[in-house]
Amino acid sequence: MAEPAIVFREVHKWFGALHVLRDVSLSVASGEVIVVCGPSGSGKSTLIRCVNALEKVQQGEIVVLGEPITRPGVDLSRLRTRVGMVFQSFNLFPHMTALRNVMLAPMKVRGLRAAEAEEIARALLARVRIPEKAEHYPASLSGGQQQRVAIARALAMQPRIMLFDEPTSALDPEMINEVLEVMTDLARDGMTMMVVTHEMGFARRVAHRVAFMDEGRVVEEAPPQEFFAAARSERAREFLSKILSH
Amino acid sequence: MDVSVIVDNFPFLIVQGLLGLGGFVGGTLRLAIPAIVLGFALGVVLGVARLARARWVRGPATAYIELFRGVPLVMVIFWMWFVLPQLLQRPIPEYSVALAAFVIFEAAYFAEIVRAGIQSVPRGQVEAATAVGLTRAQSLRLVVLPQAIRSMIPSLVTQMIVLFKDTSLASIIGYVDLTKAAQIVNNREIRPFELYLFIAVVYWLCTYAMSLVARRFERTPA
Ligand SMILES: Nc1ncnc2c1ncn2[C@@H]1O[C@H](COP(=O)(O)OP(=O)(O)OP(=O)(O)O)[C@@H](O)[C@H]1O
Ligand SMILES: [Mg+2]
Repeated sequence: MAEPAIVFREVHKWFGALHVLRDVSLSVASGEVIVVCGPSGSGKSTLIRCVNALEKVQQGEIVVLGEPITRPGVDLSRLRTRVGMVFQSFNLFPHMTALRNVMLAPMKVRGLRAAEAEEIARALLARVRIPEKAEHYPASLSGGQQQRVAIARALAMQPRIMLFDEPTSALDPEMINEVLEVMTDLARDGMTMMVVTHEMGFARRVAHRVAFMDEGRVVEEAPPQEFFAAARSERAREFLSKILSH
Repeated sequence: MDVSVIVDNFPFLIVQGLLGLGGFVGGTLRLAIPAIVLGFALGVVLGVARLARARWVRGPATAYIELFRGVPLVMVIFWMWFVLPQLLQRPIPEYSVALAAFVIFEAAYFAEIVRAGIQSVPRGQVEAATAVGLTRAQSLRLVVLPQAIRSMIPSLVTQMIVLFKDTSLASIIGYVDLTKAAQIVNNREIRPFELYLFIAVVYWLCTYAMSLVARRFERTPA
């Protein structure tokens, strides 16, 4: 089998005295979609933010696309062009149109000319199904549209891995599906994805595996059918009964 | 009230005093405009430096800002006027003294405005910029500063207005600005009421124009 896209080896992270990742070992195969869930504060965001080095770990090793990223002297810029990230609060640049948001990194990081970058950006906006919003500023877009622009922005560097941190949690219910559909398309196209979400429907339909975190540990990992039907740990069953009951 | 004193001395008051195009080195605008531009430029550098990670950058910037915010402007002008020529062993012209004093002093205030503006940009913006691969300098220049400037505009304009009015202090070293020009005319004609009312109106019109321009900037969409 091909080498995994992401490997965590005995990773520990502290924020000051707070031990937020405790001995995490986890491996994500190339083309795999893994959903990370767990109670608030369990370390889900921290875990995926380590993959593009938005957070540094103090102990253990993380290997992304064959490159150890926890050693000194790694090329962070290169890492981040290979790993895209989508945030809960979209974080679009408010002073730029949707198109400019998507064009920025191809121009400034890869050094493409404006015309080339625009071509890529327009194609991506079409891919996330809002080509007609190219000239709009984020403030004039709905939450669902903003999040799709954010996905296009992350895809603009042609990443091999996409990280999603609760991409639908800030959305009104009627907009959740438009974002999940775009993510489903991406998964079908073979993108490697790490998705923190509480959308268990998405996990069931799209994920290859679910990782359940609690208090900084990956307590359980299993294919979704298995996880939802018969979670092994008491904590996971408790968590599931809470989020599936409404 | 006798407006003829204004009418007769209008060219001297406006051309010399306000614009600085007369026979003396002077002019309120000739001092205020470069002082605002250079003071703001230095303020951006200091404001960014104050937020730098490296202590050898942050430390000196912080010290500078705290020092100049803690002393009176007049004292800085006197320093430049009396002390600097002694240290350098050569005279320094009024215009250079006044401009240097204002730039050095006001940069400290502009720096604090810039710092607050930068800190008002949500952290997620820098994270998003970092996540797409921009360097720290790029994310500052392309993402943070353009947004920070927008939120800074009201306090920047207030500070520019303060600076504009404070240029009247330059008259204490003989610099012929609007205030000094009025004083010169008054010494001859003894018409303080008309003269000082007139320059008050001129100052007010200038500052009012500044706030109108600022309001337009604030209203333009993001
Ligand atoms: N920058 C930070 N500084 C200090 N503590 C932090 C920081 N970021 C997160 N934490 C703490 O680390 C722990 C894990 O946070 P994390 O955001 O990874 O949790 P999470 O599982 O994503 O939670 P949520 O579901 O609420 O998003 C929490 O206790 C949080 O308060
Ligand atoms: Mg989180």
